Amino acid sequence: MSEPTKVVVAGVNKPGATPNSVSLKTFYSDMLLIRRFEERAGQLYGMGLIGGFCHLYIGQEAVVVGMQANVAPQDQVITAYRDHGHMLACGMDPKGVMAELTGRSTGYSKGNGGSMHMFSSEKHFFGGHGIVGAQIPLGTGLAFADKYRNTGGVTLTYLGDGAANQGQVYESFNMAELWKLPVVYIIENNQYAMGTSVDRSSAQPQFFKRGASFNIPGEEVDGMDVEAVHAAGRKAIEYCRSGNGPMILEMKTYRYRGHSMSDPAKYRTREEVQTVREKRDPIEHLGQKLVSRGIATEDELKAIDKDIRLVVNTAAEFAIESPEPDLSELFTDVVA
Amino acid sequence: MSTQILMPALSPTMEEGKLAKWLVKEGDAVKSGDILAEIETDKATMEFEAVDEGRIGKILVPEGTEGVKVNAPIAVLVGDGEDASAPVKAKSAPAEAAPVATKAAAAPVAQAASIKLEDPSLPEGTEFVTMTVREALRDAMAEEMRRDDTIFLMGEEVAQYHGAYKVSQGLLEEFGDKRVIDTPITEQGFAGLGVGAAFNGLKPIIEFMTWNFAMQAIDQIINSAAKTRYMSGGQMHSPIVFRGPNGPAARVGAQHSQDYSSWYAHVPGLKVISPYFAADAKALLKAAIRDPNPVVFLENEIVYGRSFPVPKIDDYVLPIGKARVVKPGKDVTLVAHSICVGLILEAAEALAKEGIDAELIDLRTLRPLDTDTVIESVKKPNRIVTVEQGWPICSIGSEIASQVVEKAFDWLDAPPTKVNGKDVPMPYAANLEKLALPTVDDVVAAVKAVCYRA
Ligand SMILES: Cc1ncc(C[n+]2csc(CCOP(=O)(O)OP(=O)(O)O)c2C)c(N)n1
Ligand SMILES: [Mg+2]
Repeated sequence: MSEPTKVVVAGVNKPGATPNSVSLKTFYSDMLLIRRFEERAGQLYGMGLIGGFCHLYIGQEAVVVGMQANVAPQDQVITAYRDHGHMLACGMDPKGVMAELTGRSTGYSKGNGGSMHMFSSEKHFFGGHGIVGAQIPLGTGLAFADKYRNTGGVTLTYLGDGAANQGQVYESFNMAELWKLPVVYIIENNQYAMGTSVDRSSAQPQFFKRGASFNIPGEEVDGMDVEAVHAAGRKAIEYCRSGNGPMILEMKTYRYRGHSMSDPAKYRTREEVQTVREKRDPIEHLGQKLVSRGIATEDELKAIDKDIRLVVNTAAEFAIESPEPDLSELFTDVVA
Repeated sequence: MSTQILMPALSPTMEEGKLAKWLVKEGDAVKSGDILAEIETDKATMEFEAVDEGRIGKILVPEGTEGVKVNAPIAVLVGDGEDASAPVKAKSAPAEAAPVATKAAAAPVAQAASIKLEDPSLPEGTEFVTMTVREALRDAMAEEMRRDDTIFLMGEEVAQYHGAYKVSQGLLEEFGDKRVIDTPITEQGFAGLGVGAAFNGLKPIIEFMTWNFAMQAIDQIINSAAKTRYMSGGQMHSPIVFRGPNGPAARVGAQHSQDYSSWYAHVPGLKVISPYFAADAKALLKAAIRDPNPVVFLENEIVYGRSFPVPKIDDYVLPIGKARVVKPGKDVTLVAHSICVGLILEAAEALAKEGIDAELIDLRTLRPLDTDTVIESVKKPNRIVTVEQGWPICSIGSEIASQVVEKAFDWLDAPPTKVNGKDVPMPYAANLEKLALPTVDDVVAAVKAVCYRA
């Protein structure tokens, strides 16, 4: 299969302070790349080519695309297991991500990690963590090192609404404010932790207030609106980069698919999901804006979709055709 | 351009499923995200969504069909031709992909029929019912909760979702939300809360969604639960059960595939149980709930779905700390617990074909370890092989080898030998994962080595 004509790698064209028409189109294609990639990943899972747990990011695309558009080359990113979108938005190659999902030697972790455990030191992406809550102290530590080494870097630490109840989150908040660490905590509130809705798990469901007792400022953001995310992210990152300490952003978002591929999702109605899809979909929403503002035509949007499908197909074929790791690799990289 | 819609794999352990219901009919236009069908997997009924746009050309598998293999074509989607991107065609899926991914799940249910439950405490003529380990565990909890209203079950997704692995099915409905409690994701918090509640008159059953996540809580299990009776000079104690699936499942990677058997077996003040058969799961979980000590109860996700006979008696409870000779034999002693009991049963069949008669021991309890039964056994064939999924260093096998050398040195005709999971974090790739776990071939090779057979 031939390479697509346009380069469609997310996160490469960094918009300026106020996104112009070019960067809005980039947001659109970055979000669509994640959507199409995830749909294909779901399909490969259905075919038995991806195994284990596979958590899709469909519905939440605006969060990571809007945030990552603000990062500088020295910044760091870390998240949990729902990480495919974050990797694409960091500019990681869809081929390498898909190949890791299928457990091939050409994957980002050479087949050792899988969906939940992927990394790229080149793109400053520190994973991909399967233990709920563990990435929050780690992200705080990345920020500690940046302050220590005076790099000017800021760390974007992503976590879920469920993860926000782990004790280590608050241990991290305290240290981050105490030592004024440059870390933005992005709470992706998709309203569910597996089958538990926020109101069944959280005494304080307004997560942006969770830093209040540590004097960490927080802001609630419409996580389905990429422009709103981008604007809030820009302010937060500037705040942290200027040495003010950490900041919390609560992104109100929604996951369309089950928690993982094996979740029957009986804890919410089909109508609830359908309503969000129809009324708040971040990609549809931006597409309509692009057309109504005269930035793109329907045909251009279709052409973008076509290009992206080609990229995703190329990634899938690469992932399927790549060899499994050599058996001699079993003991490689255990210790240095 | 038309594409086949294939039967999807909808869980890490699914090989086939039932096409319960079609939600579209021939001729319907579908777009990405539309629900096409409901499919029953080994665990649940799932909705199957369309990925590509098009029209349903033909339905190949009618609704209600059971046993539809993963990757079998179930319908044909006709495209409108404007989309140049052909979905990955059915042919590009290597036929062996699905079985590789789910091989570990293949339950040797047939073999279970040949196992006799030689429990001398059972009255003559006891009837048996066949049930899954999952059901046996649920029944144990339900029976104990009926007897004693100080018992409650707490954990992530245990109530409304009926457990991430469906072990607590029906318990919320029977016992209500005072006694079956969904927690936030705060393992250290609710494990500690459970220990406190146990200090103060209750009998908590704390479910960890898997034991991997109990590492968040291990301080409360060891420092608070296991040591308080001793530290308080016997004044205070915690009758609490910590339970959940332990060990690797299928393809879930390094952070979700770990065997904690030897970790907890190391700790004074704890009891540690890790059964294989449904009857033991039931009787020992009941014993664990009644025990006045903190008990770590290690289950196994793949074993949940296996079916075995369970004695049909009102209150079946077994003593903690007793291993069981599953099958007598004269050439070698094979020792295992949990899922590896299934493995040594398979290995014994393979060995029998080569004329080697293995005695099989299911440890059932890891602390206190029933070394007497192991030592008695090893004195006959004079050789022993231990089998477990945990890492080899400081493993259950290491402990058994040490005990055997200490207590039966003069009887040994060969060095005690261990078969373990490989000494690496669990890889994700299907081929490496397979290599990392003990196999029948590994067991056969180890047995031949101790028997000095080529
Ligand atoms: C310490 C720990 N406990 C439990 C789990 C099992 N688990 C995986 S994801 C999840 C829900 C997390 O929800 P949330 O933080 O809201 O993230 P989302 O899945 O919505 O992205 C749970 C309970 C885990 N992986 N780690
Ligand atoms: Mg969530």
